[in-house]
Amino acid sequence: MSWFAAHRHDRRAPLFLLLLALLTTGGVYALLVPPTASAASTTSTDEISAGQKLFTANCATCHGPGATGTAAAPSLVGVGAAAVDFQVGTGRMPAQMSGPQVQVKPVQFDADQIAQLAAYVASLGPGPSIPTAEQVDPAKGDPATGMALFRTNCAQCHNAVGAGGSLSQGKFAPNLWQTTPTHLYEAMLTGPQSMPVFNQATLTSEEKRDIIAFVTKQGGEQPGGLSLGSLGPVSEGLWAWVIGLGALLGAAVWIGAKSS
Amino acid sequence: MTSPAAATADYLDQRTGIGGAVKEFARKVFPDHWSFLLGEIALYSFVTLLISGTFLTMFFVPSMTEVTYHGPWASLQGTRMSEAFASTLRLSFEVRGGLLMRQVHHWAALIFMASIVTHMMRVFFTGAFRKPRELNWVVGFTLLLLGLAAGFSGYSLPDDVLSGNGLRISDGVLRAVPIIGTYGSYFLFGGEFPGEALIPRLFTVHILLVPGLILALVGLHLFMVVLAKHTQYPGSGRSDRNVVGFPLFPVYVAKAGGFFFMVFGVIALMAATMQINPVWNYGPYDPSPVSAGSQPDWYMLFLDGALRLMPGGAEFVVGGFTVPLNILIPAMVVPGVLFGVLATYPFIEAYATGDRREHHVLDRPRNRPFRTALGVSLLVAFFVLVLAGSNDLIATHFHLSINDITWVLRFALFLAPAAAFVVTKRMCLALQRRDRELVLHGHEHATILRTQSGEYIEVHQPLNEHERWIRVQHDPIRPLQVAPAQDSRGVRRKGYAADVRRAKLSRLFYADRVEPVTPAELAAAHSHGEHDALPGATAQHELVPGGHGALVADEDGH
Amino acid sequence: MSDDLELASTSQAQPDRFEDPGLPPHTPRRGDLDPKANKVSERIVVALFTISILGTIAMIAAYFALPPGQTAATMQRSNLAMGLGLAFALLGIGTGAVHWAKSLMSDHEVSEQRHELRSSDEVRAEAVAALKEGAEDSAIGRRTVLKGAVATSLALFPLTIAVPLIGNVGGDWDVAKFKHTMWKKGTRLTTDPLGRPIKAADVTIGSITSVMPEGIEQTAHPLDEKAKAVVVLLRLDPRDLKIQPGREDWQYDGIVAYSKICTHVGCPVALYEQQTHHLLCPCHQSTFDVADGAKVVFGPAKRALPQLPITVDSDGYLVASSDFTEPVGPSFWERLR
Repeated sequence: MSWFAAHRHDRRAPLFLLLLALLTTGGVYALLVPPTASAASTTSTDEISAGQKLFTANCATCHGPGATGTAAAPSLVGVGAAAVDFQVGTGRMPAQMSGPQVQVKPVQFDADQIAQLAAYVASLGPGPSIPTAEQVDPAKGDPATGMALFRTNCAQCHNAVGAGGSLSQGKFAPNLWQTTPTHLYEAMLTGPQSMPVFNQATLTSEEKRDIIAFVTKQGGEQPGGLSLGSLGPVSEGLWAWVIGLGALLGAAVWIGAKSS
Repeated sequence: MTSPAAATADYLDQRTGIGGAVKEFARKVFPDHWSFLLGEIALYSFVTLLISGTFLTMFFVPSMTEVTYHGPWASLQGTRMSEAFASTLRLSFEVRGGLLMRQVHHWAALIFMASIVTHMMRVFFTGAFRKPRELNWVVGFTLLLLGLAAGFSGYSLPDDVLSGNGLRISDGVLRAVPIIGTYGSYFLFGGEFPGEALIPRLFTVHILLVPGLILALVGLHLFMVVLAKHTQYPGSGRSDRNVVGFPLFPVYVAKAGGFFFMVFGVIALMAATMQINPVWNYGPYDPSPVSAGSQPDWYMLFLDGALRLMPGGAEFVVGGFTVPLNILIPAMVVPGVLFGVLATYPFIEAYATGDRREHHVLDRPRNRPFRTALGVSLLVAFFVLVLAGSNDLIATHFHLSINDITWVLRFALFLAPAAAFVVTKRMCLALQRRDRELVLHGHEHATILRTQSGEYIEVHQPLNEHERWIRVQHDPIRPLQVAPAQDSRGVRRKGYAADVRRAKLSRLFYADRVEPVTPAELAAAHSHGEHDALPGATAQHELVPGGHGALVADEDGH
Repeated sequence: MSDDLELASTSQAQPDRFEDPGLPPHTPRRGDLDPKANKVSERIVVALFTISILGTIAMIAAYFALPPGQTAATMQRSNLAMGLGLAFALLGIGTGAVHWAKSLMSDHEVSEQRHELRSSDEVRAEAVAALKEGAEDSAIGRRTVLKGAVATSLALFPLTIAVPLIGNVGGDWDVAKFKHTMWKKGTRLTTDPLGRPIKAADVTIGSITSVMPEGIEQTAHPLDEKAKAVVVLLRLDPRDLKIQPGREDWQYDGIVAYSKICTHVGCPVALYEQQTHHLLCPCHQSTFDVADGAKVVFGPAKRALPQLPITVDSDGYLVASSDFTEPVGPSFWERLR
């Protein structure tokens, strides 16, 4: 600090400070935004203007004309292309009914339109961009590390294998078995609705891919037979009563009945 | 010439005198009814548990030593885990038939508890616990508790996250106990939670202590059944002095023996097709992770539900000491009340009834409205707690708010059993009235006749004597009466206050009642014609207020 | 006592009760009358037992032919084939035996007399006499000192087993360990389970990270330590965060750390809704508001989650400023002592 104080009035000080400010901004930007977050620079202006038209027609009612937010919906400045791809690509947006949480519905736009919307929103301010195919490739992840991370970071809401679970006040964490790797990645990156954000500090890009490798293996064939929804002991108990005790009571009635 | 069978029999009898026992037992009579097989389901699923459990002990390693997994399950490759968890994976994935036996074992455990509960319901609702079987009810009740202990200790053995969080909850409940709670926790875990002692300890409890006790008590339970002979449902030819049914050999041996194979077979079918407790999905225990849908097996779910319903405000500090009633009430008081009522009910009812006779003919549940209503309300309370324990799954599957469900169930825990009590009691009384109606007026015949005077009447077909007997065979039970406070010399007698209390309880049980038709009433009904209301059949008269009738309370022969 | 309760019975001209009409007549089965039907029943029984034999063969064949293999699909196939074989082997015997009993064995119900369970008065008298004789022989009633000595020794001897058992079974019995965790001034916060230290600058608003103390793997009992020390790290918009009085320097620029162990019965409180700032316990739904000192807003817990005071070290990593200032986890009697 004393060095700073001594050179405060140096002629080169403004230049130095400018350099420092630029470096800091760049550094923070690099930290906050994943490595591929350069969507704004690679997308064409045509795409952005097409996106803006779509936005004005479909989204501006709630999110405001400049996507700066209204009482009904948040500002989208800085949410990035990843958030748009997730929200629109899973059919959650445009939202239809008000309720505890926005539901998955049939997707309203085709892939190009979603890309245009994403480009437009990304152009409003820097934010996480859509991951590359390699970043979300389950084959490149390690499911064992993925399971360890999933257990600690995801299972409390989404259940041990991603079958889904309840949150408070009617909200819920959805089942993950049909979710695409890209959407899984984007959800972790952007933290849609109730879901927290899992940034680089909590889960690195590689760790996110490990989780994807684990999740995409779930929901399929089970070693022991029917999964009963993978919901745990409650569904097992229900089936023990319905199927097991039901069959045995039937057998008992047969044994006790008089033969004709 | 003697056949080999005869020679063997001769050999055995000379050394054991078993001939007498065979003569005694071979033709011993067992009544036939499907509901008498519920206890057998419990027995046979227990045998299934012993068979499959023995298989599992050959491969399970009850140790908390840390190992690294290298096996076929990719999602756990290289994960550090206890030997208990690793050996559970090994016996599931690498031992041929191991997964089948594990699933047989777990399904059998769920069926075991379910059949104990249904068997207990049958015994309760039919009054099979009455003299001389009160002690056997207590033995059966102890078996229920041992079943819970067996289930809980076994559930925790694989050392997975799901059961580990269950243990963590048990630890929290244990610590809540005033004064000795923390020491109780150290006692169980051999130090701090989770420690390294628990799995070996639970293993000993699960495979030696509890099954040994269950085996001994099952033996006692069956011995006492044989001693008192089986109860039977009411019916013509069946009384408290006889037992009607099929001989042990061959009919009952074939039916009961066959049923063992059917129970095992149904459990095997479930194990073949339905996955249970996939511990590889939960992963090895670690105090940090937890999964949505963390619940115990169904028979412990009511406790979990009680913990979920209890509002947190009940915890308080007195003199610097913490008394967490928000844990003690749901985890200790609720099961205490439930099990307390169950364990003592035969004695409470006998006290209220003032009955010292032996009973071998079962009650039809409708003929004991108070008991039936009490049983149903206990079941409803249990069910509300089970729902509370499943509230997160109800929320996701029915798109409801978990907070709303919890609030509704908080009220339902008190209101639903009360409503169930009233409704059940009314239904029992109504069914009894319908029985009276049938006995007095017979079946409706769907034929309308016109008399010469132009009156229309419906022909009723009287019940035959067997149909009638089942509806009139039971004793009319009336509330106990209190003898005067003073004896003939005007001296206030001892025990008057106790008698008043007892009479009050008795009125609670029996004040509302419908009495069976007597021959006089039937004769009156016939002489007055089909449709006349009888003095004995009016509603006012049926509901004899307490203190009207008097009861023969003692037919003990003294 | 109940002798004092009035015992009386009303008498009427008609009999009080109906008469038991006796066992209803037996209705024969088809097989009892028709030898052909009888034969059919026998064939069915034979067929059922044959199914059992085939089931056993199938089970053994599956054991050799279908190893569990390496994938869920092959494991499922092996389990299904062996399980179905076992089920048919068992159900064949079971249904066969029952059908045999029902259709071919006698269905005439027989009646057996019951006898009261109590012993006769003579037997009771003899039993009492035998006991009396024995008691007199031992003179247990008069030798009171002897009686006392016998009772005392019998009452005391279980201590020889109980004392060493109870002495050892609880380890060191040092229950004060419940009050401390391994966090201390300067312990770095690392991610759970991979153990990466965390820079304050990397924690974004709306995130939650499960955290354990650095060096936990090197302790003597990592799981025991983790069971107390595990923490959740969250960053809130400083505008949303209500800082508790006296805890102004426990957070770092909106970054707060709370114990992950529920104050109810100890489940990991991990379910975080970032919009409402609510932390839920998935076990019993206790809900804590992390924007307001992690106080309870719903559910069975009473107390707020203990907060871990944190700050940043010279390298920018998050570190604890001290241990928790109160015991973590469920309530216990001497918690505040």
